[in-house]
Amino acid sequence: MKRINWQIWAGFVLSLVAGLSYPFVFVRWPVTREFPWANLVLFAIALVLLFFGLRRAFKPEKRIVSKIFSSLAAAFGLLNLAALLFLIFVMGSWLPASLAAPQVGQKAPDFTLTDSNNKPVTLAQLLIEPINNKQPKGVLLIFYRGYW
Amino acid sequence: MNNFNDAGIRIVAISVDTPEQTRVHMLQEAGYSFTFLSDPNLEVIRLYDLVHAQEIASGRDIARPAEFLIDPSGRVRWRMVTENFFVLARPEQVLAAAKALP
Repeated sequence: MKRINWQIWAGFVLSLVAGLSYPFVFVRWPVTREFPWANLVLFAIALVLLFFGLRRAFKPEKRIVSKIFSSLAAAFGLLNLAALLFLIFVMGSWLPASLAAPQVGQKAPDFTLTDSNNKPVTLAQLLIEPINNKQPKGVLLIFYRGYW
Repeated sequence: MNNFNDAGIRIVAISVDTPEQTRVHMLQEAGYSFTFLSDPNLEVIRLYDLVHAQEIASGRDIARPAEFLIDPSGRVRWRMVTENFFVLARPEQVLAAAKALP
């Protein structure tokens, strides 16, 4: 019976997990989001498995199919790693410079916007309205992309 | 959020989402309870120079991520205008900056 090259399969699957677990799992915590420690560890294990699987498939007595498949699996693993690094370090930096955004010490421009109850609210109001019956010490304005 | 309430800091989140979208996705689904404001026409986002035109994932004009800690006189005391989308202000950083407020 043909013995399966489990190393190449495991490496292949793990490299998929190593890539996909970033946007689905590790992006939730600052420690693993800002620098993908967890994913790099998973990729390291995946690449080791792929290496051993590649070595096994390239033994002289192995069929050409094994060699082709294992080469593709290894290439896929490396591509996954490259894609993750590109996403985080290249695409992540594709942000506008926002040079005119208010600096520390400057006045934050006042504005009026609607809240989630369709009520108009001004920044001035948000700075005065009490929190737990006490005067606020400040407002943290968080600009974000939206829910999607 | 309790830490922020205790520190006297009101959290106000602004995006291009409509009040309806915010109610469904941020309040109901995600369970956030702080103040959300809608800026679908990017008026305030433009005023603060935070427009991210034709953002790659959505194809739309949205706000780039940024945080500003504003004191009761309306002055910016701390800000985070990140250079990488995946690096955002951590709560500990903001709370530490809030401690420095009078």
